[in-house]
Amino acid sequence: MHNLKLIIQREYKARVRNKTFIVMTFLSPLILVGMMLLVAYLTTLNNSEKHSIAINDLSGIFQNEFQDSEGMKFIDLSSIPLEDAKKIVLEKEYYGLLHIPEMNDNFELAKSVRFFAKESPSLDILQQMEQILTEKLNTRELIARGVDISKIESAETPVNIQIQNFEGIRTSKMSNYVKMFFGGAAGYLLMMFIIIYGNMVMRSVIEEKTNRIIEIIVSSVKPIHLMLGKILGTSLAGITQFAIWVVLGAILLFLAASFTGMDLISAPPHAQKGLEQMSSNETQQLIMDISNLPIGALIIAFLGYFIGGYFLYSAIYAAIGAAVDSETDTQQFMFPIILPLMLGIYVGFFTVIENPHGTVATIFSMIPLTSPIVMLMRIPFGVPWWELLISFLLLIITNFGVLWLAAKIYRVGILMYGKKPTYKELYKWLKY
Amino acid sequence: MANFLVAENICKNFGDFTALDDVSISIPKKSIFGLLGPNGAGKTTLIRIVNQITMPDSGQIYLDGKPLHPNDVGKIGYLPEERGLYKSMKVGEQALYLARLKGLSKAEAKERLEYWFKKLEITHWWDKKIQELSKGMAQKVQFVITVLHQPKLLIFDEPFSGFDPVNAEIIKNEILQLRDEGATILFSTHRMESVEELCEYMALIHEGNKLLDGKVADIKREYKSNTFEVGLTADDETALLKELTANFSVGKANFKSITKDLKLSIQIKPEESPNYLLLYLLSKARVNHFVEVIPSVNDIFIKTVTDNA
Repeated sequence: MHNLKLIIQREYKARVRNKTFIVMTFLSPLILVGMMLLVAYLTTLNNSEKHSIAINDLSGIFQNEFQDSEGMKFIDLSSIPLEDAKKIVLEKEYYGLLHIPEMNDNFELAKSVRFFAKESPSLDILQQMEQILTEKLNTRELIARGVDISKIESAETPVNIQIQNFEGIRTSKMSNYVKMFFGGAAGYLLMMFIIIYGNMVMRSVIEEKTNRIIEIIVSSVKPIHLMLGKILGTSLAGITQFAIWVVLGAILLFLAASFTGMDLISAPPHAQKGLEQMSSNETQQLIMDISNLPIGALIIAFLGYFIGGYFLYSAIYAAIGAAVDSETDTQQFMFPIILPLMLGIYVGFFTVIENPHGTVATIFSMIPLTSPIVMLMRIPFGVPWWELLISFLLLIITNFGVLWLAAKIYRVGILMYGKKPTYKELYKWLKY
Repeated sequence: MANFLVAENICKNFGDFTALDDVSISIPKKSIFGLLGPNGAGKTTLIRIVNQITMPDSGQIYLDGKPLHPNDVGKIGYLPEERGLYKSMKVGEQALYLARLKGLSKAEAKERLEYWFKKLEITHWWDKKIQELSKGMAQKVQFVITVLHQPKLLIFDEPFSGFDPVNAEIIKNEILQLRDEGATILFSTHRMESVEELCEYMALIHEGNKLLDGKVADIKREYKSNTFEVGLTADDETALLKELTANFSVGKANFKSITKDLKLSIQIKPEESPNYLLLYLLSKARVNHFVEVIPSVNDIFIKTVTDNA
């Protein structure tokens, strides 16, 4: 125990004092915030760009229908023939030309509208123009058939289904996205942490092997203690880094937000519009949704699954590090690590959001290699406690098994030099 | 004399490969014991078993009369053949860490480190990183780390590799001093002259089997062939040679001398006395040189290994 403490201390110090660690810890939040600022800046740049579109409306129906909007400016070229209009558009380098021929039949007219452009136009612009045309033509056709438009308008009844669970707690339609966002973020974070810090454990094992210090150390401590100390020390370094990131990130976001006037953290313009349209009732509901999430359970589960998952994968990483002589030899063993992690993420994003309690999602939240990620994504949707218990127990049992196997490979591997091991070789080591 | 380290019927297999097959050795207290063998003989495996790095399939190790216990790591100092240190860690910090892993308290470790660093005149290395030191310098630090916790049993695997002659001499003297202070030393090497120079006892293992062991002097006595190198001056050398060849088994010898001699190596039968040969020679010629050929450890090593190949 005394030695384990010493090893944890050394591993922690070695990680934290590493120059890359220091640079990464303090630079990544800066890079992250910088990226967000850049994206925000680019979006505003994109939005300020106005497309000039010429309208060649020979029918005369759509006069005053095309109003300049945020991204579009309309120029009326209805008084001249199409060929002349085309020349002007090319000359002045307009975005495009909308040609509406003169026709009596509304259906024929709808089919005959053309848009001329040098490059293929953006879908957004096309849709906006189609919407204007459709609405106008619909109304025209209805009037032509003798329908009273004012009656239709007054009869419009928008429906907004209120979702409620059996305990009577109201949720909004946004609620599923909120849940997915929190679950997904937790699962993704866990995967990143496992890969980054698992790799650190592996590199540190390889370093001890190539330094040839390993035999000196294992003559004083048991290999399993060295392995555990390494995994624990590295995880503490990881927790330190995340803690610093959270604090730094919060400070930087706050600073950035106060400089740019809150714009970038709230939302891009489109979503903002959506928020405005949403009744204040719905905004309140969204806040209610977030506060209704099992935040406490999510945090506890995150820590539990984080520790369980990280240990499971780190043990495998440590065994791989012990088996090889250099980092370039590790490639062949990476597949069994990356595969379940990726599977977890994909199952999480594709099946959990569709059916959080379906068979696939439930099974993958039980399998120990994927359960940390998938279960974290399911938790916001509400998971029965017994499912959590089974999944967690399975994870712990597997942890012991994998640690035991990894320790065996580790024990043999750290003293093996110059051999490029195969899976068959590793299997033999288990029996030494 | 009591044995400090006893290995009894040690067997170890790695899969189908037999690394050690029923090997037993006994190392007397306060002696220097040479463990010899060609590459891949099983020396390192045996040493790792003593260090409890590897567990034997069968057999038992006794340390100071008691079965080896996991807590005994503090009584053993091990300098492995494959040795190194953390490259980016400072010398002092690293030495402290490794000493504390052996069970020393921080203060104790620091005090002893300062003593040893002063003794080997390397105090100014304390804050240097290993990557700034040369290989020989790093070896010196490793030697200090090995002996720092004052182990009763010291195991050196090729301790002189990487040292220049001056530093090798310093380390050799330190090893002898440690022996005089009561440490038992197990010494594994390919360098036969250092065995000749330092070891009182030795064992030779080959392909997992122990071929011979015992006191170096006894082994030499056993391996001597009753051969003598003689340098003779006679009036008629051809006639003398003819006569000698008729009575003894005679070969040519090569040794340095200041006189122009007939240099011969003469083997007598085990039951014959050297005095008989000497008297015989005295009656025939002037004897300038008369030395019994004592086999070197090197000769014994090569002979035993090739005989068992």
